[in-house]
Amino acid sequence: MNTTEMLQPPPAMTSRLDGELMEVSMGPQHPSTHGVFRMNVALDGEMVVKLKPVFGYLHRNHEKIGENTSYLGSMPYTDRLDYFCSMTNNWAYALSVEKLAGIEVPERAEYLRVILAELTRLQNHASLLGFLLSDMGAWGTPLMYAFREREKILDLFESLSGSRMMCDYMRFGGCRVDAGPDWMERAKKIVDLFPKFLDEFEKLILSNEIVIMRTQEVGKLSAELAINAGMTGPMLRACGVNYDIRKVDGYGFYPRFKFRVPLGEHGDCYDRLMMRALEMHESVGILKQAMEQIPAGPVMNPKVKIRAFRPPVGEAYGRIEGPKGELGFYLISDGGTNPYRYRVRPPSFINLTVLEDLCLGHTVADVMVILGSVDIVLGEVDR
Amino acid sequence: MSDQIDGGLRSELQRQGIWVTSMEELYNWGRKNSIWPLQFGLACCAIEMIATAASRYDIARFGGEVFRPSPRQADLMIVAGTVTKKMAPQIVRLYNQMPDPKYVISMGACAISGGPFKQGYNVLKGIDRYIPVDVYIPGCPPRPEALLHAFMELQRKIDSQKLTGNAKAEHLDPMQPSEFPVPAFGAHDLEPAANPRLFQPPKIERS
Ligand code: SF4
Repeated sequence: MNTTEMLQPPPAMTSRLDGELMEVSMGPQHPSTHGVFRMNVALDGEMVVKLKPVFGYLHRNHEKIGENTSYLGSMPYTDRLDYFCSMTNNWAYALSVEKLAGIEVPERAEYLRVILAELTRLQNHASLLGFLLSDMGAWGTPLMYAFREREKILDLFESLSGSRMMCDYMRFGGCRVDAGPDWMERAKKIVDLFPKFLDEFEKLILSNEIVIMRTQEVGKLSAELAINAGMTGPMLRACGVNYDIRKVDGYGFYPRFKFRVPLGEHGDCYDRLMMRALEMHESVGILKQAMEQIPAGPVMNPKVKIRAFRPPVGEAYGRIEGPKGELGFYLISDGGTNPYRYRVRPPSFINLTVLEDLCLGHTVADVMVILGSVDIVLGEVDR
Repeated sequence: MSDQIDGGLRSELQRQGIWVTSMEELYNWGRKNSIWPLQFGLACCAIEMIATAASRYDIARFGGEVFRPSPRQADLMIVAGTVTKKMAPQIVRLYNQMPDPKYVISMGACAISGGPFKQGYNVLKGIDRYIPVDVYIPGCPPRPEALLHAFMELQRKIDSQKLTGNAKAEHLDPMQPSEFPVPAFGAHDLEPAANPRLFQPPKIERS
């Protein structure tokens, strides 16, 4: 054998396992699938050539149960949809019922809703960044930092609603209980300290070379595909599409606050990661304004009947900008105490539909990063 | 042996630098302080499980921070969340893959009985239909402190397990199964609907 022959790679390496594909089932028990999600991946060497998601491991009949319980009875179930963000789920559902029945919400309650929704966004994005970095191999440490901040916000939720995660706080026509002045003081303190955490986190993470290598140019999504697939939330804005329901619909009192909508450019994982970090800065701004402006007054519309609540015949779709995207509830009322049809438009499920397009041509290790950057919660995907 | 030796004498000896113990005590002491849970979450309760492992509650204080993604390396399965009928066979399979001795904590209303989703057609009404459960934690979701309490209960159980004699631990009895049949998807439900060897609910007499 002469030297040139020796330098040639062995034939098996060039033909990539003789063109045979390897099928791998990732999940439902996998440390990085964020729950019980399963993907059947076909691999050529290490490259993904096909990816088939398998849903339904957490299908809990949410919509069917919603049709068989009273309107108010569904409120605790909405907590369990996206279990990171029970406050925004409550809000979206309350908003739809309020639309359906034409209920007014007092001013203080609207402010409280904005405050709680933005706090939810902070803790959701913080934990997402922690999980995403765990998926990339920064095992544990960023998650610990994120959960430290999350616990502070959960303390606020707990002292207001009585539960850390399943708050069940909003009602049709307002909020269940009022926040006292001491609560507001504590919340202010936490919000004031939050940028410190963000700066620390960003300094450690966002310019980290490994993070940049793992995320830039990985899982690129074009704005066109994103719009066609119905994506919303940070996923869509990472592609540079300016669409934020807080601005578009102006629900709640969002038009009263000054905030910017961060936009990405490349639509890759790094942009999606950045989007969350930047949104947290904006949320802090909104929170400061809302806590400044919040008026005194009742938090519940006294005219709303709690028991035997029957909205008039009709249908309504209420949506908000949840931390993961457009969260909507579509309700049809036949005049009874239960909705005739109860449908959830879950942001993370619809954002997941492009997963295969994002993953094709990347390695298996990148699949986890891409999935992490989509920000899914299985309770909402499978419902 | 530790029950036979007088406690006062024992501490007296300890003061003199002599440590008296039994094999059983030493073995259980080691086991109970390094329980490795299986890292696997099902639903909302899993987030509280992560919170227990994270900075504030810090399960490492109890020797349980080594969450293993592989069942082959795990001692404890924390069933945290809603078990659907689609997922139940995989859970039993994971349990079967764990080496003995193995323990199960059933965390939250869903894993105990189906919880708020009990009426759902796709929700299993309690994981104890297919695998034996050592500690149940009620709550929806249980607080991290509750999970820590369950962990301590489990440690107490491990500590009290005998290695010899008639009352020895189940995993040392070769007649006790360490694997359980995996349910299959039937026409309407999982088949069998429960493992009769494990699941014997009390009969309710209605007059
Ligand atoms: S018990 Fe409650 S919190 Fe836990 S998984 Fe079930 S619904 Fe979720």
